[in-house]
Amino acid sequence: MNASILEMKDITKTFPGVKALSKVSFQVAEGEIHCLVGENGAGKSTLMKVLSGVHPFGSYTGDILFNGTVQEFGGISHSEKVGIAIIHQELALVPDMTVYENILLGHEIRKGIAIDWNETIRRASEMLKKVGLDLNPATLVKDLGVGKQQLVEIAKALSRDVKLLILDEPTAALNEDDCDNLLMLMDGLRKQGVTCVLISHKLKEVIRIADKVTVLRDGQTVCTLDAAKGEVTESALIKHMVGREIDDIFPKRSHVRSEEVVLEVSNWSADTAQRSVLKDISFTLKKGEIIGFAGLMGSGRTELARSIFGNPDGYKLRGEMRVKGVKRNLGSPSEAIKAGIAYASEDRKGNGLVLIQDVKQNITLANLKALAKRGVVDQNAEVKVANGYKTALNIKTPSVEQIVGHLSGGNQQKVSVAKWLFVNPDVLILDEPTRGIDVGAKFEIYTIMNKLVEKGMSIIMISSELPEVLGMSDRVYVVSSGRLAGELPIAQATQEVIMQMATSC
Amino acid sequence: MIKEFQKVMRQNIREYGMYIALFVIMAIFTLTTKGVFISSRNVANLINQTGYIAVLAVGMTLVIVIRHIDLSVGFLAGFLGAIGAIAMASWGWSGPAAVGLVLILGIVAGLGTAFLVAKLGIPSFVATLAGWLIYRGALLLVTLKTGTIIIDNNFFNALGNGNVPDLLGKLKFLEGVHKLTLLLGLLAILYFIYSEIRTRRTKLAYNFEVLSAGMLTVKIVFIAAVMCCVTWVLAGYNGISWTLVIVGVVVVIYDFVTTQTVLGRHIYAVGGNPDAAELSGISVKKITFVVFGSMGLLAGLSGILFASRLQSATTTAGTLFELDAIAAAFIGGASAAGGVGKVTGSIIGALVYMSLTSGMNLMGIDISSQYIVRGAALAAAVIFDVSTRRGRK
Repeated sequence: MNASILEMKDITKTFPGVKALSKVSFQVAEGEIHCLVGENGAGKSTLMKVLSGVHPFGSYTGDILFNGTVQEFGGISHSEKVGIAIIHQELALVPDMTVYENILLGHEIRKGIAIDWNETIRRASEMLKKVGLDLNPATLVKDLGVGKQQLVEIAKALSRDVKLLILDEPTAALNEDDCDNLLMLMDGLRKQGVTCVLISHKLKEVIRIADKVTVLRDGQTVCTLDAAKGEVTESALIKHMVGREIDDIFPKRSHVRSEEVVLEVSNWSADTAQRSVLKDISFTLKKGEIIGFAGLMGSGRTELARSIFGNPDGYKLRGEMRVKGVKRNLGSPSEAIKAGIAYASEDRKGNGLVLIQDVKQNITLANLKALAKRGVVDQNAEVKVANGYKTALNIKTPSVEQIVGHLSGGNQQKVSVAKWLFVNPDVLILDEPTRGIDVGAKFEIYTIMNKLVEKGMSIIMISSELPEVLGMSDRVYVVSSGRLAGELPIAQATQEVIMQMATSC
Repeated sequence: MIKEFQKVMRQNIREYGMYIALFVIMAIFTLTTKGVFISSRNVANLINQTGYIAVLAVGMTLVIVIRHIDLSVGFLAGFLGAIGAIAMASWGWSGPAAVGLVLILGIVAGLGTAFLVAKLGIPSFVATLAGWLIYRGALLLVTLKTGTIIIDNNFFNALGNGNVPDLLGKLKFLEGVHKLTLLLGLLAILYFIYSEIRTRRTKLAYNFEVLSAGMLTVKIVFIAAVMCCVTWVLAGYNGISWTLVIVGVVVVIYDFVTTQTVLGRHIYAVGGNPDAAELSGISVKKITFVVFGSMGLLAGLSGILFASRLQSATTTAGTLFELDAIAAAFIGGASAAGGVGKVTGSIIGALVYMSLTSGMNLMGIDISSQYIVRGAALAAAVIFDVSTRRGRK
C-alpha cells in the first residue's frame, strides 16, 4: 500500500507516578482510515495528545515522523501548521458565533486590516459542501444539533488544508443517523486522499470503516490488524482489547447480602428540553449489595445517578423510585441525603470537593448539623471526627487541616468517600471511584467498599473499568445510549459480553 | 521559640500582613502629622467615619465570598437614610421606629436582589447595577421637593455622633479621662486572656497541637498591650462612641456566624465550589438569599449611621460607598474567585482605607493625589495577596 504519512516510534510518556505510555509504536499509511481502540485508560488520548503537541516535545521520549521528517511539536499550533488536525470529544466551537465565523476562527481571511466577510462566507460555504452539510453559514452554532456541530468542526479542520485528521470518539454523543452521516463523510474524505485516525469505542463502526486497527492496552501497543486480510472482527478486537485475566487486586468479601430491597427504580426516564437522556430504566438494589453500572463514557450512567440523587440538573423525570419501600419524589440533593442516598461524584475536582478548603471541612460538609448545637459547630469534635476517618481510610495527609487541593488523587477520593460515610447513607452511589488513582489506592478503596456492604450499606458503583466492575459487583447492569442494555448476574458477566451489550445500541 | 515564631508567622503571613500594614500606615501618618493622627480626637473621628463603610464591608465580604458583587448598596444606604429622615421629619415617627423601618426595608431590598440573582439567574453585577440606578433615582425623587432633610432627633443623631456616657465620671481620679471606657477596655482584655487560655485547655484535652506556653504568653502580652493603647487613646477624648459599639456588635455577630456556625460554613462551601456544595445537600439559592438579605440589612444600617453623622439626609448620600466597601473587602483579603475572605479582615481593610483618607487629609494632601494613593494601596494589597497565596502552594 501507500507510504506511511505518520510514524510514531517507541513513544514513552510518564506522568508523576504513572507510566501512561510505554514504547508505543503507531504507523499510519497515507489515505487510509486507521482506528485506534482500547479500554478507557489504555493510553489512546495520551498518544494523540503527544502527536498533536498538547504534551510538547521533551515531555516524552521517542520519535514522531510526519511525511518522513522528524517532528518536534512544541504546541498545538505547531502540529496544525504541518497539517495535523485533532477533533476532540468536547467540541471546540464558540456557540454564540455563526458557522462561518467558527470555521475560519483563528485563520481569518483579511483584506487590509479588516476581515473580508464575503470571502469568508464563500470559503465557509465551500467547506460545508465538502462535508455534505446543507445549511445557511450564518446560522449560530448553538442552534445546531451535536451531529451537525461535529461536521462544522470537521469543515473547520478541512479549511486548514489538513493532511491527517484525528477524530477522538466523534460518535460518542451522536444518534444513529448522525453516526451514519459521519461515517459516510469519512469514506468520502478517504476518496479525496485525506488520512484519518479514528478513536472509537463502538466496534461496529470500527469494523465498518477501518482499513487498519491498532489496539492499545495498558499503555502498550498490542497489535495492528489489517482489514484487507480479514483480521478485523469483533471477537478479535475484544480479545485484544481486554487481553488479561483479572488478577487478585480485588479483595474478597464474605457475603451478607439480604433479599431486602433498599432502592427500586422503575420505568425511569429523563429528558431535557432538547433530547431524551434516559429511557425507561428499571433496576433494584438490595441491602448489603454492590451493583455495578457498566457502559461507555457518555452512555448516561452519571445522568442516571444524578437524576436519582435529587436531580440537580433539572431533567424532566418520569417513572417511579422507592427507597426502602417508600415512594419518593426527591427535588434536591438535600432531600436525597435525608432519604438516605449519597452520591460521590466522578468529577472530584469539579463538583465533588471544595478544593480550597481543608480535609476536615470537606469531610463534615454534608452533615455539619450532626456536629452542631443550635447552629454552632463544635470545631474540636469536628477535628476528632476527621481524624477518625483519616485513620480508618488511611488518608495520607500531614493533618486534617491540610488543603484538599494539595492531596494526591487517591487521597482526594478517600476524602470524598469519607464525606459520605459521615452522612451514613443506606445507598452510596460511587461514580468512577477509582478514576485516575494508582493500584495501591484502588485496592484500599475496594477494601473500604467491602467493609461498608458487610455493615449493611448498599453500593451502586459506576465504572468504565470492566475488571473493576467484574471484580467488585454482585450484579451488573449495562447501560448503552441512555437505555438499559441488560442485567447480568456476576457469574454470567464477562468482559466480552459486557462490551457487546455496551456497544449494542 | 524563635523557630516557632517563624513558623507561626509563615502560616499566617496573609493575615498578619494586614495588621502590620495598618500599623505601618498609622506610624507613618503619626510621624508626618507630628502626632496629630494618633491623637484621641482624631482616632475617635476616624472610627466614626469608618463606621458606615465598615458595616457595608462586612456584608460585602460575604457577597464576594459567594462569588457575587453588590453595586447597589451605596445608593441603597443613601435612599434608606432619606426614608428614615422623612419618617422622623414628616411623619413624626420616633427615632427607634425609623431605625426599625430602615433595617426592615434594607432586608426587603436585599431579598429583592437575591430574587433576581438566585431565582432568575441574572448576573449579580447587572442586577445590582440596575439597583444602583434605581436607588439613585429614588434618592433624588424623595429629596426632590425638600432638598437636604434636616434630622432633629436626639436618639437618631447620637448613633453617629454621640458617645457612651461616662457613668463613672464622678470618681475623683484621672480627671479628664473617660473612666467607663477604661473599665470596658480592662474587661475586654481580661476576657481575651481568659478565652485564649480556655481554648488552649480544650485543645489540650483533645490532644490537638497548640502553641507552646511561652509563645502563647508572648501573643497574649502583645495583643493585650495593643488593646491597652487603643483603650487609653479612646479614653483620652470622649470615650467610646455609639458607632463603635454598633460596629463592634456587628463584627462580633458576623465573625461568630462565619467562623462558628453551620450557616457560616455553608456560605464558604458555596463560595469555594457551588456545585460540590449543592451535591452535599446545601441549597445554593437559600444561601444566596441569606447573604443578600444580610447585605441589605447592613446597607440600611450604613444609611442610618451616615445620615445620623451628618444629622441630615442629603441628595448625594451614599455616593461611591459601594466601591469603598468593595475595596475594603479586597484589601482585607477577600478573593474574587470566591470562598475566601474574613469579616475581621474586611474591618481591618476598611480601617486601612479610611486611615489613608484621614491621614492624607490631615497632611493637607489634595484629593487628586489621595485617589491615586488609595488606588495604589488597593493594588498593592491584592498583589501581596496573590503572591502569598502562590508562595504557599
